[in-house]
Amino acid sequence: MSNAVTTPPHATSPPLRAKRTPQIPPTVSQMKTEEKKPTPASNAIEMQELSSWYGSFQALKSISLDVQRNKVTAFIGPSGCGKSTLLRWINRMNDTIHSARATGRLHLGDLDLLANTTDVVELRRKVGIVFQKPNPFPKSIFENVAFGPRLHMKLRRSELMDIVEWSLRKAAVWEEVKDRLNAPALGLSGGQQQRLCIARTIAVGPEILLMDEPCSALDPGSTLAIEELMNELRHQYTIVIVTHNMQQASRCSDKTAFFFEGQLVEMNDTQTMFTNPNSKRTEDYISGRFG
Amino acid sequence: MSESNPSEQDRQKSHPPTNGANLGDEPARADRKPSMPIDKSKLLTTDARIRKDIRFRRMCIITASASVLILAFLLGSILTAGIPTLSWTLLTGSPEPEPENAGIWPALMGTLWVCSMCSLITLPLGIGTAILIEEFTPRNAVAKKVFNLIQLNITNLAGVPSVVYGILGLTAFVSMFSLFDKSEGNVGPSMEVGAVYFDQFSNLASDPFVDTGGAEVRERFFLLPVESRNSPPVVPQTGMIAYENQEEGFIEVEIIAIDALSQQPSADPEELSRTIDNQSTPGRISENQWYYLRLPFGRGVIAGALTLMLVILPVIIISTQEALRAVPATLRAAALGLGSTPWQVVWNVTLPSAIPGIMTGSILAISRAIGETAPILIIAGIVYIRSAPQHLMDDYTVMPLQIYNWTSRPQEEFHNIAAGGIVVLLAILLSFNAVAVLIRHRMQNKLQ
Repeated sequence: MSNAVTTPPHATSPPLRAKRTPQIPPTVSQMKTEEKKPTPASNAIEMQELSSWYGSFQALKSISLDVQRNKVTAFIGPSGCGKSTLLRWINRMNDTIHSARATGRLHLGDLDLLANTTDVVELRRKVGIVFQKPNPFPKSIFENVAFGPRLHMKLRRSELMDIVEWSLRKAAVWEEVKDRLNAPALGLSGGQQQRLCIARTIAVGPEILLMDEPCSALDPGSTLAIEELMNELRHQYTIVIVTHNMQQASRCSDKTAFFFEGQLVEMNDTQTMFTNPNSKRTEDYISGRFG
Repeated sequence: MSESNPSEQDRQKSHPPTNGANLGDEPARADRKPSMPIDKSKLLTTDARIRKDIRFRRMCIITASASVLILAFLLGSILTAGIPTLSWTLLTGSPEPEPENAGIWPALMGTLWVCSMCSLITLPLGIGTAILIEEFTPRNAVAKKVFNLIQLNITNLAGVPSVVYGILGLTAFVSMFSLFDKSEGNVGPSMEVGAVYFDQFSNLASDPFVDTGGAEVRERFFLLPVESRNSPPVVPQTGMIAYENQEEGFIEVEIIAIDALSQQPSADPEELSRTIDNQSTPGRISENQWYYLRLPFGRGVIAGALTLMLVILPVIIISTQEALRAVPATLRAAALGLGSTPWQVVWNVTLPSAIPGIMTGSILAISRAIGETAPILIIAGIVYIRSAPQHLMDDYTVMPLQIYNWTSRPQEEFHNIAAGGIVVLLAILLSFNAVAVLIRHRMQNKLQ
C-alpha cells in the first residue's frame, strides 16, 4: 500500500463477484416486513442545517450533506471537529448524554431521526455501529453474534445458528472461529475481535453501518483485513466511516467529507478531494500542514 | 549525610528568612532570569527522602501486623476455649440448666430461619433499587431531585447504629403502629390464618384429693377442640374425643368427666388416667400450621427478618451500585448500538458482568446480619426457647443472643460453652464466605 494518493480500485471497476450472495439471511428478512420499497432512494441519509450542542458548547454548526446508498463515505478532520458527534447522531447514541441536543433536519429516508417519537430501538437495528476499540461482550463467540438477533426476534436454535454462521462468514472471520464458537470472545486477537464486532453488527440486518475509527487500535495486518471487508460489505450496506488516517480514507471511500471545528468544509468524491480539493484548508489538512 | 546539607546552608546564607517580604538582597522577581525553572542548588537530597520512604513503609508494616496479630490473638483465645467443648450435644441439643447438656440447636435454626428470610426479602429489593438509581437515571429535573434525595438517604442510613433499627422494627413490624389493636380488650392478633385452638385439661393424677387406691397414675394432658379464640371454655363430658400429644403425634382419646368433689373416679388405672374433673379450668392453647400468619406480626421470625432487612439494605444498595458502576461503558454502548432497550442492556450485559461484585457485597451484608444482636434483642428478647421455629410467626432466638445469654451467667462452664457457640458461629460465617468466593471464582472464570 503506497502512501501516494491513488484511485480507489472499486470506484471505477465493476463489482468483483459475478454471482451475488443473498442480501440478508432469509429469517432476518422477516424483520423487515415494512420495507418493501420498489426502488431504494439514492440517498440513505440526508441532513440539512444540523447543529448540535453539548450543554452550551456547540459541536456541530449547520451541517448539510447527503450520504449515498451503497457507497463508503468517509468523515475526516482533526481531533475535536465533530465527526464522531455527527456519527453518533445518526443512530441516536447521543441520547445517553443528557446534555446533548440537536436542531435541524436529519432524515433516514422518510424517518426523522431527531424526533422524540422515533423508535430508537428499531433505528439502532437499522443503523449499526462499530466502535474504535473492539468491545465484544464477555460471553462466547456464538453468544456475541446471537445477541442482536435474539433482541429483535424469537428464533429457534437452528435459525440462530444459521444467522451466526452467515454473519461470521460475511465478516471474514468464520474460518478462524468455526471450531471454537463456545470459546470466550475475549480470547481472540484484536483484529479478530473487531471483525467479530462487525459480524455482531451485521447479524441484525442493518441498512447502514457506522464505523467510528475501526482500525485505529489494530495492527496493519488486521487493518488490511478490515479494509477488504469494507470493500465487500459496501455492496450491501451503506458505510460511513470516521477516520483519522487520511490514507485509509483515500484507499477505502467513495466520497469524503472534511470537517473542521464543527463545520463541514468540503464534501466531494474521494478522487477529486485528494487530488484537487476546492478549499485551501482541505488542501492544508490533506497535505499534512496541520492536524 | 546530615539533613543540614550544603544546599540548605547556602539557602540560609543567601536568603535569610524574611517572612515573605522582599528586603534588599534578593533581586526583584521580575529581574531574575533563571536558565531553568528549578534552582538546582536548592534540591533536597535523595537520601533524606529515601529514609522518609523507608520509615513510612515500616510504619505501614507495623500497623498491618498489629491488626493481624490482634485478630490472631482473638481467634486463638476463642478457639482454645471453644474447641474442647464442641460435641454433638452442643450442636443438636437445646439450652438446659446444666452446661454439660446445653445445646445451640434452637439458636442455630433461629439464625438460619431469620437470615434466609431476610436475604430472600432484601436481595431483590436492594439490587432492584440500585439498578433503578444507577441505570435508569431520569432526565426530568424533579425526578432527578427525588433520585438524589433517595441516594442521600441511603448513604446516611448505612451508618445508623443497628439498635435504632431494632426499636423501629418493634414499632413497625411487631406491633405495626398499634393499628391492629382490638378495642374490646381481647388479647391476641387481630387477624390470623392457620391456628387451631384447644382447651388443655389435665387428668386427675395431679389432684391431691383424689383417692387413687395406691395405683400410680401419670399425668396426662388432653386437648379438647374449641371453635375460636374467644369462645367460652369447653365443659368436658364423658365420651368426648380429646387429643393427646404423644411422640408419634396426636392420638385420639375418649375421656371420662366427673365432678371430682361429689363422684368417685373408677378404680381401673387405665380409666382413671383418662378422667378429667369437669370443674377444672382449662388453659387455651393454639396449635399452628406451617402456614400460620397473623396481623400484627408479633415477635416472630418475620418481624426479625424485616428488621434485619432495614439494617443491611443500605449496604447492599451501595455495594451493588459500585459493582454496576464498574461495568465499562463500552459494553453498554455496544449493547445499545445493537438495538437493546435499557432494560435489555441491564439484564443481558450489565447485570451478568456485575454479578461477582454484587455477590461479594451481598455476602458481606448477610454476614453482618448473622452477627447482629441488638435489633434481635429488642424484637425477640431473651426468652427461654427450647425448639426451632416451626412457622414464620414463631418465637425464636439467634446465635449471638444465645452466646450473650451464656456469657452473662456466673458459671465458668457456660463461658466455655459460649466459646463453643462462637466457634460454631465463626464456622458458619467462614463457610458462607467460602461459598461466595467459590461462586465468584467460577463466574469470573466463565467470563474470561
